[in-house]
Amino acid sequence: MSKVVDNANQAVAQIKDGMTLMLGGFGLCGIPENSIQALVKLGVKNLTCISNNAGVDDFGIGLMLQTKQVKKMISSYVGENAEFERQLLSGELEVDLIPQGTLAERIRATGAGIPAFYTPAGFGTEVQQGKETRMFNGKNYILESAFNSDYALVKAWKGDTDGNLVFKGTARNFNPMMAMAGKITIAEVEELLEPGELNPNFIHVPGIFVNTIFKGTNYEKRIEQRTVTTK
Amino acid sequence: MALDKFQIAQRIAKELKDGYYVNLGIGIPTLIANYIPEGVNVTLQSENGLLGMGPFPYEEEVDADLINAGKQTVTTLDGSSIFDSAMSFAMIRSGRIDLTVLGAMEIAQNGDIANWKIPGKMVKGMGGAMDLVASAENIIVAMRHTNKHGKSKLLKECTLPLTGTACIKRVVTDLGYFEIKENAFHLLERAPGVNIEDIQKATEGTLVAEGDIPEMQI
Repeated sequence: MSKVVDNANQAVAQIKDGMTLMLGGFGLCGIPENSIQALVKLGVKNLTCISNNAGVDDFGIGLMLQTKQVKKMISSYVGENAEFERQLLSGELEVDLIPQGTLAERIRATGAGIPAFYTPAGFGTEVQQGKETRMFNGKNYILESAFNSDYALVKAWKGDTDGNLVFKGTARNFNPMMAMAGKITIAEVEELLEPGELNPNFIHVPGIFVNTIFKGTNYEKRIEQRTVTTK
Repeated sequence: MALDKFQIAQRIAKELKDGYYVNLGIGIPTLIANYIPEGVNVTLQSENGLLGMGPFPYEEEVDADLINAGKQTVTTLDGSSIFDSAMSFAMIRSGRIDLTVLGAMEIAQNGDIANWKIPGKMVKGMGGAMDLVASAENIIVAMRHTNKHGKSKLLKECTLPLTGTACIKRVVTDLGYFEIKENAFHLLERAPGVNIEDIQKATEGTLVAEGDIPEMQI
């Protein structure tokens, strides 16, 4: 059975209202641009989105906030998005803010068949509230659990039709763990290759984790902070 | 004269040692990379997944797929490595980072830190700060001594939601260099021309200034 579909609209067509989605990316770097645009077009609502950030006002997940498709965000940092902060402070949007390393490890655990783990991050803070704690070797830890996510939407640089993925630069970020963590994983890639065209030694995500793959188009790759060295 | 943000960065840069792996937070800490002492080689870690972070790129080298934790475009160096965010925090939690420098809104005299939330006003999130302060042994806080309303940020107890508890041991502000121990801020160095009375007035927490406190060398 082929994993390949023609475009993002076909890839996301089975996503339903109320589902939980993981979306790769750090800031606007390595986000699944095509899939996000297709979700806006599809118009599904009441989504729970797990993503390190929430995009900016008019790009990335920010597009889905404008259309009020997101019921709850699970993120570590949302400071770049004024609409997000407005919806949050007015109570229209629920948010669960999680330490970045805990977020990354919870996603990794989800894809690795690990139900929960202990981490020191957030001990003694409001992050700890309602959670089990335990001391190991004289240090305090919080029990954190895996997620339950219906879909993972990730973006890779290159992929092949078997679903093997390779990332470029820091666009890797949360994408590999999310690719492992979706009950269904949709990968969009800049270059879609035939099996054998990627070197097996340099695959970042093995194809077993990817259900659907398509070649994305018109990547904007917007830069949030364009910092340069002048000659 | 109180230090400006560049001088705070310069003073902290003197704490860098050859071979250190260093994580620099957003704001004043980022500036430290400009003042690495001669002959000292450090490797900068960016928690989105880059070890061996290089300077900002030349205009024609700008790559949207290569950014730091502050979402700024950066470069790699010979010897750099790139990895996912779970591996990045594995490095942090397992204590591989030799020095962590971050900013703060409040520091308490027991070493508590608050830097991620002002209830009802600002909700940006903690990013990687909670993971860093819970795991790192060697943390320096770089911040202004008082907030924009003139209120002390070195307190008996934090008033804002905490980022971590009893984890900060050193603070460099525009007024001085402090070590936190025995439930007090111990003044190690004064900013040039700043006297102990000025520092005392700007410090709500318990200040200990024993003996002759030297001026900072910038």
